[in-house]
Amino acid sequence: MILTLTGVDAFYGLHHVLHGVSLEVRAGEIVALLGRNGAGKTTTLRTIMGLVDERRGVIDYDGVSLLGLRTHEITRRGLAYVPEYRGVFSDLTVAENLRIAALRARDWTIADVLELFPTLRTLQDRKGGHLSGGEQQMLAIGRALLSSPRVLLLDEPSQGLAPLIVETVIDTLRRLRGQGMGILLVEQNAETALELADRVCIIDQGSIVFRGAAESVQRQPEILSTYLAVG
Amino acid sequence: MLFLVVSQIINGVVTGMIYALVGVGLTLILGVLNIPNFAHGVLFAFGAYILLSVLQVVGNFWLALLIAPFGVVLLGLLLELVGVRRLYTAHHDYQLLFLFAVALILQETIILIWGPIGTSVLPPAGLQGAVNLGLTVYPKYRLAVMGITAAIVAGTWLFLTRTNVGAIVRAGIENREMVAVLGIDIQKVFALTFGLGAWLAGVAGGLASPIMGLTPSMGFDILPIAFVIVVVAGLGSVPGAILAGILTGVAQSLTTIVFPEAANVVIYLLMGLMILVRPQGLFGKR
Ligand SMILES: Nc1ncnc2c1ncn2[C@@H]1O[C@H](COP(=O)(O)OP(=O)(O)O)[C@@H](O)[C@H]1O
Ligand SMILES: [Mg+2]
Repeated sequence: MILTLTGVDAFYGLHHVLHGVSLEVRAGEIVALLGRNGAGKTTTLRTIMGLVDERRGVIDYDGVSLLGLRTHEITRRGLAYVPEYRGVFSDLTVAENLRIAALRARDWTIADVLELFPTLRTLQDRKGGHLSGGEQQMLAIGRALLSSPRVLLLDEPSQGLAPLIVETVIDTLRRLRGQGMGILLVEQNAETALELADRVCIIDQGSIVFRGAAESVQRQPEILSTYLAVG
Repeated sequence: MLFLVVSQIINGVVTGMIYALVGVGLTLILGVLNIPNFAHGVLFAFGAYILLSVLQVVGNFWLALLIAPFGVVLLGLLLELVGVRRLYTAHHDYQLLFLFAVALILQETIILIWGPIGTSVLPPAGLQGAVNLGLTVYPKYRLAVMGITAAIVAGTWLFLTRTNVGAIVRAGIENREMVAVLGIDIQKVFALTFGLGAWLAGVAGGLASPIMGLTPSMGFDILPIAFVIVVVAGLGSVPGAILAGILTGVAQSLTTIVFPEAANVVIYLLMGLMILVRPQGLFGKR
């Protein structure tokens, strides 16, 4: 087990968003976190990264609590976070986006990232804001890898991408899992998520309401309609 | 008349370059820390007054100009460390109140240390007197100030665009949170930015002292101008702040020819016009 959440509560100001969330991510597995809009998926990732106003409960990484740590310390421990809308710096070039993420690069170097996403090689001097959605997503994932994470948190990486690009992203995530990385994947698109994930957690109104193997969900699709249906 | 207009334009550019130094610092602090630094004017004033004291000790203007701004940096870092840092997560009103209070306290401190009556500093020995530019005769020191401020602005620009730390500062202007997510200690970036802003204000105050003189209220006099520059520039834009600084200086000094009383009003007209025509400012994106 690398990442464990046990009974985690999270707050934005007085707004109590997560209620006793428990989940875990092991090395070399992809856990899909599914849920309707506003269920608390993004907040779960932000809570792990220390980006909410208050968090309670247990968040352990490699047996060490992340609760007292600040965001950059959590990243340095080995968690990387690719937010919804990717968080690419639009005013910085691709090279600069990579460079400031690589200041303490260890296992992963910029050269490795360019090997993983050759498209980025030709775009070095392009501003982040002038990239296509797919290029931004590759840059965001590549940039996240430069902190040499053992756990990768991804928020809706397929959002707004052409199907072909989604395939590239899926291939990449499989490859990273193959190298032993744990991945917590938030997805709106349950199909994409089930195609990839080993295990599935479903969150609703800030609580985990289902957890199980991805296969079992594929066998019983009514689980999805029960928890994900709008209304 | 031409003589007058030309020398007023040059005057405006010189004053404007000094405004630009103050405005760039304020813009960086606002952009990266998301804090309206109401103490920025008083840092400018300390730049001038510390220069005055250092000059009395070392006796050389240039040496004093080199040393004094670092006193202002220390003051700025102290403010950041004991005050601003604790208020990042607090409501904007608290930061505003804290910085405003600090500005008032520091202004009174100037009166306590250096007295309530204004004073002045002579330009350095080699740069007293004027030089004939053909169209007009112009004070040597002001020409030197134009060169020095241009070099400082260029240096700041190179730092921001050519170094990794500069790239981090620009990234912070766009998205502080994401900088931290990449594993960078944003607190250090905040301190560095505040320090840089304080240094720029300090140098500006030192350079301005032989031109504008020293008064305890000089900080509060320049503060609204600096905020006008930030708005005209577009929030967070450094090139915008440079251009807006020069524009403001020139507009002010040209107005002086026809209607001296309006010289200070014209900058607010400039701001009002900008808000109406181009609310995002010269170079702003939001
Ligand atoms: N910054 C915020 N301040 C207050 N409430 C928020 C904030 N961000 C999200 N929320 C609330 O938290 C709940 C969960 O949101 P979120 O985690 O973004 O959902 P999801 O990612 O599953 O769509 C929603 O009710 C949302 O309104
Ligand atoms: Mg979300």
